[in-house]
Amino acid sequence: MIDISNLGFSYGPKSVLKNISLKASEGNIYGLLGENGVGKTTLLTLLCGLKKPLEGSITVDGRNPFNREPSLLSDQFYLADEVTPVHAKAMSFAKEHGVFWPKFDLDKFFTILSELEVAADQRMDAMSAGQLKKTWIAFALACNAKYYYMDEPTNGLDIPSKAQFRKAVTKYTSEDSTLIISTHQVRDLENIIDPIIILDNQEVLVNATMEEISRKLFFDYGSELKADALYLEQTPGGCIQVYPNVTGEESKVNVEAFFNTVHAHKDVIKAMFNL
Amino acid sequence: MNFNTDKPIYLQIADVISDRILSGELKGGDRIPSVREYGADIGVNPNTMMRSYEKLTADGIIFNKRGIGYFVADDARDTVLAAQRKEFLEKDVPAILQRMRLLGLDSTIFEGE
Repeated sequence: MIDISNLGFSYGPKSVLKNISLKASEGNIYGLLGENGVGKTTLLTLLCGLKKPLEGSITVDGRNPFNREPSLLSDQFYLADEVTPVHAKAMSFAKEHGVFWPKFDLDKFFTILSELEVAADQRMDAMSAGQLKKTWIAFALACNAKYYYMDEPTNGLDIPSKAQFRKAVTKYTSEDSTLIISTHQVRDLENIIDPIIILDNQEVLVNATMEEISRKLFFDYGSELKADALYLEQTPGGCIQVYPNVTGEESKVNVEAFFNTVHAHKDVIKAMFNL
Repeated sequence: MNFNTDKPIYLQIADVISDRILSGELKGGDRIPSVREYGADIGVNPNTMMRSYEKLTADGIIFNKRGIGYFVADDARDTVLAAQRKEFLEKDVPAILQRMRLLGLDSTIFEGE
């Protein structure tokens, strides 16, 4: 259980996060969405203890990540957007660094690496950006951590690897693990992220499950225009309209359209989702 | 056949499983993959998969043996058939008829079949 309470952070005079409160429960793959510069990466680095909250608090299973207790560090993994081109072969790197995670599984590392089609005997500093990212993803998942904080994990991945990534995050994490994945690549991860957290300038606009979103909003893919649509987007096949769900009928949530709806009607959405 | 791809994903997955039962690929008593296995196979969030399984369980198409897994119900095919016939008659047929009217077609198009 992650509990963020009235969290505030700034870089010098520039305030990034202000009064953020958020709970994240076990067994979920959260999608952390937000426009450029709203503080997604800052939030992830605060969660994993790389930064110290200036205001408020973060607890992960009751522990403060900034204390960097080994018991918590060995149970979490922060996968940065830009990963280090380590001066070693993938297999040697995994063997040497896996020891810091007691549940690290070298066989699992090799399995995921081969599923992502990266050669284990390749030097990481000679890899392409995509191969390097895949090596780090394989390493991260092989650590068998309980908490994963992933910053844009599909950036730089080729088309087949994106599908492999979607499968791997369910297949190779345990049922009680919590993943928080920040992304702009909503289409890559649409079916895998649930609940959705939308971060805005200094506040959380939404933290809701897909089920809750489809209960409260209707996503209409038909071509008949509706007067009460909060959001309208033209598509090649007609349009996507989003309006309050009054009939109770469920529709397929389009995360991009949801994000744009939230941004166009912040107060309506916040009231709707009781934040 | 899928007339409505705008259904929630969990219902689309439930439809796929139902179709596999209709076609005979899945039979009464067959074990189906766990929520996480199935989710990993198709790259879908476990919460979504769980909702599909809950829906199929509530409809009496699959059942959960505690600690063992999910199985196809013995009369699943009859249940699916009845439900899908009802859905076809109530939703798909009116849509087809409306489309036929729009295109100026009548029931004579079926006579050659």
